[in-house]
Amino acid sequence: MTSRSKVAPQYDVIVVGSGAGGGMAAYQLSVNGLKVLLLEAGRDYDPVTETPMFQTPKDAPLRGSGNADKPFGFYDATVDGGWRVPGEPFTTAPGTQFSWWRARMLGGRTNHWGRISLRMGEYDFKPKSRDGLGEDWPMTYETLAPYYDKTELLIGVYGGDDDLENTPRSSPGVLQPPPAARSYELLTKQACDHLKIPVIPAHRAVITQRQDSARLPAKLHPGNRLAQRVLKQSMDSRMACFYATDCGRGCSIKAAFQSTTVLIPPAMATGNVTLITEAMVREVTVDKQGRATGVHYIDKLTRVDHHVTAKVVVLAASACETSRIMLNSKSSIFPNGIANGSGVVGKYLMDTVGAGLSAQIPRLEGLPPINEDGAAGIHMYMPWWLYGDQKAGKMNFARGYHIEFGGGRGMPGPGIFGGLESFTGGAYGKKFKEEARRYYGSFMYFDGRGEMIPNEDSYCELDPVQVDQWGIPVLRFHWKWSEHEINQAAHMHKTFAEIIEGMGGKVQGTVQTDGNKAIAAGGSIIHEVGTVRMGSDPKKSVLNEFGQAWEVKNLFVTDGASFVSNADKNPTLSILALAWRSCDYIVDEMKKGTI
Amino acid sequence: MSDETSKPAGGVGRRDALKAMAAAAVVPMLPESAAAAPAPAPREPLPLLDDQQRPVKRKGPRGTPSDPVLQVAKADWPMKLSLRELTTLSVLCDMIIPADAKSPSASAVGAPGYINEWASRPGGDASLVRVRGGLAWLDRESQSRFGKRFHLATNAQRTQICDDICYVPKAKPEHVFAAQFFDTIRDQTATAFYTTPQGWKDLGYIGNVAIPKFEGPSAAIRKQIGLD
Repeated sequence: MTSRSKVAPQYDVIVVGSGAGGGMAAYQLSVNGLKVLLLEAGRDYDPVTETPMFQTPKDAPLRGSGNADKPFGFYDATVDGGWRVPGEPFTTAPGTQFSWWRARMLGGRTNHWGRISLRMGEYDFKPKSRDGLGEDWPMTYETLAPYYDKTELLIGVYGGDDDLENTPRSSPGVLQPPPAARSYELLTKQACDHLKIPVIPAHRAVITQRQDSARLPAKLHPGNRLAQRVLKQSMDSRMACFYATDCGRGCSIKAAFQSTTVLIPPAMATGNVTLITEAMVREVTVDKQGRATGVHYIDKLTRVDHHVTAKVVVLAASACETSRIMLNSKSSIFPNGIANGSGVVGKYLMDTVGAGLSAQIPRLEGLPPINEDGAAGIHMYMPWWLYGDQKAGKMNFARGYHIEFGGGRGMPGPGIFGGLESFTGGAYGKKFKEEARRYYGSFMYFDGRGEMIPNEDSYCELDPVQVDQWGIPVLRFHWKWSEHEINQAAHMHKTFAEIIEGMGGKVQGTVQTDGNKAIAAGGSIIHEVGTVRMGSDPKKSVLNEFGQAWEVKNLFVTDGASFVSNADKNPTLSILALAWRSCDYIVDEMKKGTI
Repeated sequence: MSDETSKPAGGVGRRDALKAMAAAAVVPMLPESAAAAPAPAPREPLPLLDDQQRPVKRKGPRGTPSDPVLQVAKADWPMKLSLRELTTLSVLCDMIIPADAKSPSASAVGAPGYINEWASRPGGDASLVRVRGGLAWLDRESQSRFGKRFHLATNAQRTQICDDICYVPKAKPEHVFAAQFFDTIRDQTATAFYTTPQGWKDLGYIGNVAIPKFEGPSAAIRKQIGLD
């Protein structure tokens, strides 16, 4: 350590984590002239040179199938991450089933995510006011709407202009044109029309046209020439989607949003960001007045512990990791972890409710060759449509879900035709080849993604004994679904079966009437949020609406940890919009000198 | 709170730090660089805390299972099936996916090699037992029925055995294991075959190419699936 750290902070802001929340923070703070130290626990990662675009399964070990080290397949963008991170265990309480996905790399899980970018709606910000359950956000949809617009313009999102209940539309001109629907998506819509289930263009963070770099930088950063310069440069380096190769591999042409292509490069171009990778943050330090002074991190290459200092600390290490850092930041002022006088840190952990069903659709059999790769992910989806029935008390669960679905004539990969034995009565030989030609493209899946209501029994805490290889106490998870989630999962199966029947298809597997048998394990949808929630009451929340800790004015959280509820809308877009708003506040308050 | 602001390097002495760096330096980061420089020179001491110096950063994949070099990927574990086993397997693969007018046979595009890779994979012990046990059964069954090993039997003779084991729900009790084995090989042969360019062509998969605009289905296809 240098003695300088005792004299004056080395940086204006330390940002911990480089995914959606951290990448956005590094970008917004640096373009506003602040000196930022960006710390990332994983290695440096460059999608432009490292993404395996167009590589085929044949060229990968085991035809590219997943394994414990690369759970989502050999070509998945995630490196040094997954359901387990060597040397960095976590524990679960007896009887708890919880999976924790981590991505230890620059950009975090934004490198491989599904890019589904749905806005929370007006109901989603005030769930308790609406049905008495959970907690309200300390803001309304109207407050965040301008940030949704700006975020969508910045990262590039395709979508339609439908305006449905609690499924808000973006301002005119904000979204990019959605790609045309595929054959199976149109067929699904036809069946859903009869069931009065809306099927509309999905919103995904993929650009289908070059961004307007002549106009957008000035619109997003009025009067800020540095920001306009680096953003124009960044936008000019992005190409529109060319409808090939899976977004989950990452995107070397930068059509799909990831922090490492869209946020970190312009942030670095400001000259205001110092990036340190393989820096495992373990603790936020405080002075005698209880103000954050900096963080301790362990350099993974040398195992040496470092202390760095700044005027402001922003945590965006991913929801549970942020909690872990806060709980491990114990001092005489904060014996239960920094800014945790309320005892809420670690509490109200949520994931998304998930349940899925597969189908075989005879009408899709034997089609002539068509290229259905498209923008890799979904072009269409079904937003929740039964708000009225829930309000009228006709449903046995309080919150909604949306449906993501796929299938068709995608790239044949490992496991293709795994179920053909039962479809063909055990065909082999020339018959098998004929059956394969007939069935290829006729399989589909339907996945529900639903809202979980925060509860007292789902939380993380420090394990009293276990530490990781860096000597840092690890998290212990507790998890419990309520009847709302269980019943919702059963409803998903019932709905999928109706859609599949409506398409004249056959359900594969069992339609579960018991939601316990349909629901995916906690954490497995990888939408874990909450544990450091914001609110309007310091006794019941850790952060105010700007992600600022009630008890430590210069400590902020800009990742999913701040979520009060977990609407069915996939969280990344909201993390980005909230992070932007937090950063505007940080910049203003630092100018005013309050932090 | 920090209680070690005056100690260098968080309590680790310079000697230990140098030792750690020397250890880190012999870990290959990229295969190419490791091959080009078998004895890397000791690195400069890491900046312990000095924002004037940029910290040492590792770039690119490190070539471990969780961070493989994607562009030069190959299965790097030892293959376990013997030549004798591969001979039987190859004939079985072609019973499942034979050549026809549209595409070649499974063995012609390397299916036995892929199945060997799959059955030999780390942690794949149960798969290996199933494959080996099944292949041994197949040769014994052929020997007892026809007096010769499976690959030497006629196509009609091989078909007689395959018919008995091609569908688990209808297999006789004494054939259940063999039927499970057959289904496994069918799945893996399909994986091997349909992930090749020849397999893609056979199915009519025409994606994985850059196109300027994505069009929906043609009028003909819309009509065929009953949209119009």
